[in-house]
Amino acid sequence: MNKVVANADEAIKDIQDGMTLMLGGFGLSGIPENCIAALVRKGVKNLTCISNNAGVDDFGIGLMLQGRQVKKMISSYVGENAEFERQMLSGELEVDLIPQGTLATRCMMSGYGIPAFFTPAGVGTEIANGKEVRVFDGKEYLMEHAFESDFAIVKAWKGDHSGNLIYRGTSRNFNPLMAMAGKITIAEVEELVSVGELDPNQIHTPGVYVQRVFKGVNYEKRIEQRTVRKK
Amino acid sequence: MGLTKEQIAHRIAKELKDGYYVNLGIGIPTLVANYIPKGMNVVLQSENGLLGMGPFPFDDEVDADIINAGKQTITTLPGSAFFDSAMSFGMIRSQKINLTVLGAMEVADNGDIANWKIPGKMVKGMGGAMDLVAAAKNIIVAMMHTNAKGESKLLKKCTLPLTGIRCVRKIVSDIAVLDVTPQGFRLLERAPGITVEEIQAKTEGRLVVEGEIPEIRFN
Repeated sequence: MNKVVANADEAIKDIQDGMTLMLGGFGLSGIPENCIAALVRKGVKNLTCISNNAGVDDFGIGLMLQGRQVKKMISSYVGENAEFERQMLSGELEVDLIPQGTLATRCMMSGYGIPAFFTPAGVGTEIANGKEVRVFDGKEYLMEHAFESDFAIVKAWKGDHSGNLIYRGTSRNFNPLMAMAGKITIAEVEELVSVGELDPNQIHTPGVYVQRVFKGVNYEKRIEQRTVRKK
Repeated sequence: MGLTKEQIAHRIAKELKDGYYVNLGIGIPTLVANYIPKGMNVVLQSENGLLGMGPFPFDDEVDADIINAGKQTITTLPGSAFFDSAMSFGMIRSQKINLTVLGAMEVADNGDIANWKIPGKMVKGMGGAMDLVAAAKNIIVAMMHTNAKGESKLLKKCTLPLTGIRCVRKIVSDIAVLDVTPQGFRLLERAPGITVEEIQAKTEGRLVVEGEIPEIRFN
């Protein structure tokens, strides 16, 4: 099965105003740089974006915020971004903050076909407001729902023409979880190979979850906190 | 005077045990890694998907695909493992992680913690903190005992939005080491030169003082 598309612009061509998108990455690590650039070029607006973070002012999802393309952001941590903060405090941007493990599992459960689950994260806090609480073995848990998204956009290290994906290092993070959760999943990869070239034992995301794959170009892989030790 | 941030981290490192899997939060908790006793086998978890976090890389080893939860470049160690974010919090919620060290803006004497939001001022998000505090077996908080105005951050009841309830086990502040007990904060140790009276004055929550309170020792 060939799922290869030419580039990011083709991969995202049917993303429309008002859609819900998942975008992989933790901080700036493992973000789909090519597709974010294409979404900025296309100028789609009123997007709901599910992503652990919101980039920095001039990179990642920060670029989409600059163009006021995002109506609502669903994230666990949104520091490091002054424009984000300004739009949030002025009410231009709707923000739903949810615990990181809950965010990850809400994506995963969508791909597992499980509509809801119970987690202890947030019990007794303001994020428990309006949520069903159940007691198991004497401990309280909140019911959380699986996420739905029109498109999931992920970044992998290697992929083959049928959409099998392998990630590298901690740039894996939310990518395999979101890959499972899109009605349509787009994967951009650093290395695109023919079917049969990847070892089936090493596949993180089986191609069944991926509808479109393309070889990304010009990865910047910006580092937020370059921290080194001296020799 | 009280302890420096490094000394707080050094004191917390005394709580480590051989074979522990540990999650260290951002800030003072990160410094605990510098004081793991030689020869002790402790595996550090970074919740963005790594077990076996190594030291910062040398300049020519920097790899954008290998970072910690504070988004700093790091290295792996022999035996390290990468995984996705759902599994990462899976091992936290299922209590495979033995110890979590994190910072706090406020802690209450029943173990409630607030560290993610100041309404109207700072709203950066909870990141993984709510998952960590809801499930960790053993939570140690590294914090300053008072705020910039000199007001206690160890309270009867938190004033800021909560991160988790009844979860903190131990606090190492710049002036004291305390356990959280059903009777309130139990004073265990005091920083060199700090009196019990001073700790009492700077602790708004219930404070239990029994017998002689020794000074913190680092070795």
